Amino acid sequence: MTAAEYDRVPRLAPRDYKSPIAESLHALWETKPGLIGWLSSVDHKEIGLRYIVTAFIFLIVGGIEALVFRIQLSWPNQSFLTPEQYDRLFTMHGATMILWYAFPILTGFSVCLQPLVLGTRDMAMPRLNAFTYWVFLFSGLYLYVGFAIGSAPNDGWFNYVPYASRAFNPGLNIDFYALANIMLGISTTLGSINFVVTILHMRAPGMSINRMPILSWGTLTISVGNLFAMPSVTLAFFLLWMDRQFGTHFYQPPAGQPLLWQHLFWMWGHPWVYVIVLPAVSMVSEALPVLCRRPLVGYTAVALATVLTMVLGFGVWLHHMFATGLPSIALAFFSAVSIIIVIPSAVSAFAWLATIWTGRPVINTAFLFFAGFIIVFVIGGVSGFMTGSVPVDWQLTDTYFVVAHIHYVLIGWNLFAVMGASYFWFPKMFGRLLDEKLGRWNFWFMFIGFNLGFFPMHISGLLGMPRRIYTYPEGMGLDTLNLITTIGAYVLALGFFLFILNIVISLRRGAIAGPNPWDAGTLEWTTPSPPPPYNFVVIPTLATRTPLWERRLDEGPYRSDLGKGMPLDHGKEALATSTLDAQPEAILRMPEDSIMPLLLALALTAVFAGMIVKLWWLVIAAVLIGLAVQLIWIWPRAELAERRPG
Amino acid sequence: MSIVSIPQRELPVGNVKSYAAGWWGMIAGIITEAALFAYLLFGYFYFAVQPHGALWPAEMPTFKLAAPNTIILLISSLAVWIGERGAHEGARLKQTAGLGAAFLLGVIFVVVQIFEWKSKSFTINSSAYGSIFYIVTGFHMGHVVLGLVMLLPLTVWSAMGYFGPRRSAPVSIGAIYWHFVDAVWLTVFFCLYITPYLGLRHGS
Repeated sequence: MTAAEYDRVPRLAPRDYKSPIAESLHALWETKPGLIGWLSSVDHKEIGLRYIVTAFIFLIVGGIEALVFRIQLSWPNQSFLTPEQYDRLFTMHGATMILWYAFPILTGFSVCLQPLVLGTRDMAMPRLNAFTYWVFLFSGLYLYVGFAIGSAPNDGWFNYVPYASRAFNPGLNIDFYALANIMLGISTTLGSINFVVTILHMRAPGMSINRMPILSWGTLTISVGNLFAMPSVTLAFFLLWMDRQFGTHFYQPPAGQPLLWQHLFWMWGHPWVYVIVLPAVSMVSEALPVLCRRPLVGYTAVALATVLTMVLGFGVWLHHMFATGLPSIALAFFSAVSIIIVIPSAVSAFAWLATIWTGRPVINTAFLFFAGFIIVFVIGGVSGFMTGSVPVDWQLTDTYFVVAHIHYVLIGWNLFAVMGASYFWFPKMFGRLLDEKLGRWNFWFMFIGFNLGFFPMHISGLLGMPRRIYTYPEGMGLDTLNLITTIGAYVLALGFFLFILNIVISLRRGAIAGPNPWDAGTLEWTTPSPPPPYNFVVIPTLATRTPLWERRLDEGPYRSDLGKGMPLDHGKEALATSTLDAQPEAILRMPEDSIMPLLLALALTAVFAGMIVKLWWLVIAAVLIGLAVQLIWIWPRAELAERRPG
Repeated sequence: MSIVSIPQRELPVGNVKSYAAGWWGMIAGIITEAALFAYLLFGYFYFAVQPHGALWPAEMPTFKLAAPNTIILLISSLAVWIGERGAHEGARLKQTAGLGAAFLLGVIFVVVQIFEWKSKSFTINSSAYGSIFYIVTGFHMGHVVLGLVMLLPLTVWSAMGYFGPRRSAPVSIGAIYWHFVDAVWLTVFFCLYITPYLGLRHGS
């Protein structure tokens, strides 16, 4: 490799993971040993796994919080928790699950899988990818530091003003929540930028946009969505912090407008619902057909429905505000869009049903989770359809019916898909299969526990039980329902514990998977399991959506070229291709491992630590250190072809 | 059955302008930053249409400093454009002078903007208008400073002869950001300074 190289005709090499080329690629791409090496890694598989492990830990923490306050709600008139403790726990539960579990887990799967399914070697911006992870981790720790020192938010995850304003919440609790959210917003936005660039710019040659796996459609759609949605919430929290600490008048009456908070929050909040379900939904659309031994029915319709759901998702935020006294013309419009959004959702549901119906399903744990997902998807969709209607919403808003709906949507559409996807892709990431027998127990405990726990909430909501109350009087018909809900929550938790147990056991004793245990059709299954650090020894060329199923499907006259391709071994290199047709455009130089992402994330965390205690010298010092780190990070380097050689 | 093959041809190696991941990343970043300003201006208009006359100050915005400052920022965009052309042509002096001039004009903009802030009769916490005015212009100022933080090293690197015709992606990435900051200012200027004269309830 020479830095002076301006153009090259890439040579071709056979696909051989034992060749000298593979060895030299391995040396170029592998994470260096030692703690510094581990902290400096920019390998997307490594970072993706960190995301997944961290998000699952947040899931467990958020789950424990729920289990604690479910004890409080098991019987009427309990005093296991004080009202303030209850407020903190349910707020932390909601925030942890929706912000620090539900999206990061999907980001983890996407970071792990996208470069593999697209046939490339890493994310477009690997160092940014590492930075994104560290900021996500530190934002979560930041929030939990607040919790540990007695400053947990207590206003629900959507944090309405005026209760979130300083007059009613004088401590630092809401400030911890606001600033942690701004940090997480930075991470989410940068991560989304990275996905957009990777998916639009680095697909394997021949993988035109209509041949892209449905999995990538999900991630691309929500990443673009995030670009438009994230600034709203980040700004909303920033303005709240300004109001609380510097006496501005954004939300504080009389001059400020409390409803402005709700607008800014839900203009992000509703798109966010789709952001944390669409990638999960697309994981089902990707994996379920493999287990049904056929391609997905209606690929084009499902891809377009995914995009349409996201677009419509920007036009429904007012349905969270139906009871705030808005003009009826606005209610009518937003109600109509909320109901219309059923159509693209139904497209996916019918596509899955048709795929199962016309396929030959393999009933394993992953399949069971996907099937369970479809059932829950429909129930959650129907209760959403109901609350999308203004008169019904006026009856049900702020009752447990809405709590039931949100859990059917978020646990059902997110967690069940994630569980199925874990069983499906675990062998790719670790080379071993998860245990099937334990998997069945895992599924049935979770499925029964989930429905036992959350279905009765519909009824308690219809009976008029308001959400967010720390206890309720006896004799209102709510006692038995709440006891069942608590039992269900514990059964669900036990099911999840079996999943963790399965991972621990299978990592050591699971059956060896081989490259393609499910006989799947897409590119990630052409690599060894686990994939080597460079993913693909040669870059494949695609002619269809499912290169490994071409002979079977016999779709057209052309076959993908998996046997040979560009090894791109003149250094850490990857291929840039055109956005629509995926024609080769340039050979990209990829950065080495670097500790700078971690240092910059630490500097950013120091800025936010200074902001919460108003230590301005710390903020200024951390900003300056951060600038210095960035200067080192982006200093143009001849090896990366960012500047002229010499 | 024929196996597809992509014709073998010469491919550019490295971060050449629009192939660079950083270029794409900056475009995506600009989209999200544009959305941020859309939400900020949503906040401004949300307050503007509220039926509370007292939210809004009686005085109309003055162009005394803001108009010349707008022109300064426009000229700086032109300077960046000249600098970027210099990089493409391999003209080191033109490149350095263009970027350096843009940097200096940006600094002047910041200084003038501080005087503009000082000349206001309201503060950030005196009224809803004051809060939104300072937040919108403050966010813009933050972006100008960020742009300056990019322009300064780019100028230095240009003087050191780092960039040339095929190696100028960082210059293009910095330049597009600066143009964006400029475009945002025009939008902010229109909303905060011009719409009141078009009848958007100032002093009523």
